[in-house]
Amino acid sequence: MSEQTIFELGQTDRRAFAQAPDTAPPIDDLPETLRRDTALGLPEVSELDTVRHFTRLSQMNFSIDTHFYPLGSCTMKYNPRACNALASLPGFLGRHPLAPASQSQGAMACLYELQAMLTTVTGMAAVSLAPMAGAQGEFSGVAMIKAYHESRGDSERTQILVPEAAHGTNPATAVMCGCEVVELPTDADGDVDIEVLREAVGPKTAGIMLTNPSTVGVFEQDILKIAGIVHDAGGLLYYDGANLNAILGKARPGDMGFDVIHMNLHKTFSTPHGGGGPGSGAIGVGPRLRDFMPIPVVDKTDDNGHDWYHWLTEKDVPYTIGRLSAFMGNTGVLLRAFVYARMLGRDGMTRVAEFATLNSNYLMKRLQDKGFEVAFPSRRASHEFIVTLKNEKQQFGVTAGDFAKRLLDYGFHAPTVYFPMLVPECFLIEPTETESRATLDAFVDAMATIRDEAKTDASMLTNAPFNLPVQRLDEVLAAKRLDLADQSKLARSA
Amino acid sequence: MSERPEDYRYTKTHEWVAPAENGTVKIGITDHAQSSLGDLVFVELPEVGASFNAGDQIAVVESVKAASDIYSPVAGEVARVNDALEDAPEQVNEDPFGEGWLFELKLESADAADSLLGADEYKQVADADD
Repeated sequence: MSEQTIFELGQTDRRAFAQAPDTAPPIDDLPETLRRDTALGLPEVSELDTVRHFTRLSQMNFSIDTHFYPLGSCTMKYNPRACNALASLPGFLGRHPLAPASQSQGAMACLYELQAMLTTVTGMAAVSLAPMAGAQGEFSGVAMIKAYHESRGDSERTQILVPEAAHGTNPATAVMCGCEVVELPTDADGDVDIEVLREAVGPKTAGIMLTNPSTVGVFEQDILKIAGIVHDAGGLLYYDGANLNAILGKARPGDMGFDVIHMNLHKTFSTPHGGGGPGSGAIGVGPRLRDFMPIPVVDKTDDNGHDWYHWLTEKDVPYTIGRLSAFMGNTGVLLRAFVYARMLGRDGMTRVAEFATLNSNYLMKRLQDKGFEVAFPSRRASHEFIVTLKNEKQQFGVTAGDFAKRLLDYGFHAPTVYFPMLVPECFLIEPTETESRATLDAFVDAMATIRDEAKTDASMLTNAPFNLPVQRLDEVLAAKRLDLADQSKLARSA
Repeated sequence: MSERPEDYRYTKTHEWVAPAENGTVKIGITDHAQSSLGDLVFVELPEVGASFNAGDQIAVVESVKAASDIYSPVAGEVARVNDALEDAPEQVNEDPFGEGWLFELKLESADAADSLLGADEYKQVADADD
């Protein structure tokens, strides 16, 4: 099964008519000079052909709505339909971002309550929803740390400590903020090496960026000690919220000593993501960074016995690092996260963490029982864990990449492969709390079957996938000679 | 088992240094390193004439799996880079200790490479990785 591009499906000069009344206003008042005099380079297909084309494409997708998606560190959990339905109410959809606060009280009340819920569940002093995605949340976090030190005349603090196993975005963020990255090694149990940390901190330390549970899927056991060492040296602690799902409602970054945290609402608060929707990198701050928060932030005052919601701007937050976009984050995503948080409530959030870690530990144990080697066998898994397929590589000559491709044939999205790099031939597996035991068991069975295939006929793995619309791709060629545009069509429409 | 020229010196971060000729050394990544990285798609080399200390990040290799920093094993000035890798990064995979060399450094001190790992010591590092 393959599908042509929609341009290839078209035929020159084919015309089709809209299947619904055309209600677009006439363009008579547009000056002649501003109107185009050539036809648009649109695909020439009928409405029915268009519907079929996109329906077929959607059927080829791997998505959380169609497949188990244990992509480690990405928290691909079910996106409840209610969140979508409520965030799509006409009052939300039709609100113009420049509408005055007096006409936006409903939406602003939702955002205010979301700020308040996130503040409570993370143990921080305040939350700003302004960052448009995780990377922007990270950027604002480190920008605030830098602004804090500079406001105290402490401008020599330019080093950001980052553990070896961190997400690649952490060092990238530090560099984007003009800081120097100091890498910290991870010890055999997956924790930060405390002695090395003691040596690494000093008068140049701006802060440390930590993910907890870490990217190797274990809870940083000495987090309080780490916080003490960094604070004593004059640095601040940044919490990467990538793995917040594991501790939601159970442990709070604010209580661990973190000064700033970013949350991926698109992961932990279940808004569609990964090509399915934009992100949200809301940030929470401790008391020391409150004055530096990105704006806008929603605040509430009392107006003659009524709640009055208003935007905090540069005037109200004079040391703010500024605005990250023209308006208020990805508001549609924030509304979905708000509905999700309200539906869960305080108890529900706790159950998210409990079932996310239960599913993860169940899956880890069952895979161990089937003979797969986990990277940190002495540690209980958090919401995710690492399997290393180095034995399978040595014995059968198949790689983690080959296993991943074969899993697709069995109807499972592959886990994260080759991250973190410090574990050879690794799978980072995150089942999330929304999967049933039957699904987890089916995944274990598929993994065992695939290893049996590797024993008897490795080509079943090395040539996989067999059952998908697109077979094994030439990744080297794709990386070296990337061509995303159909040049012939571009030339015609130009 | 990865091949390792006996007369080369090695680092824990999987670079090799060939024996010096007229005060310059060729540097590349080991067979073990290229095999762990997988097919290389891009190599970023340093500027000729630039100076580096031992341990400085000096180049980047990118494979289908990941982008990895290359650290300068010794202090020196870049004398020559392997331009052929721009179009053919796969040479690093095919011949890591030969045609796949990355750059040449003019050594700051002639014996700078002596303190690096020998072939047997490096074998232990690479084996621990597997």
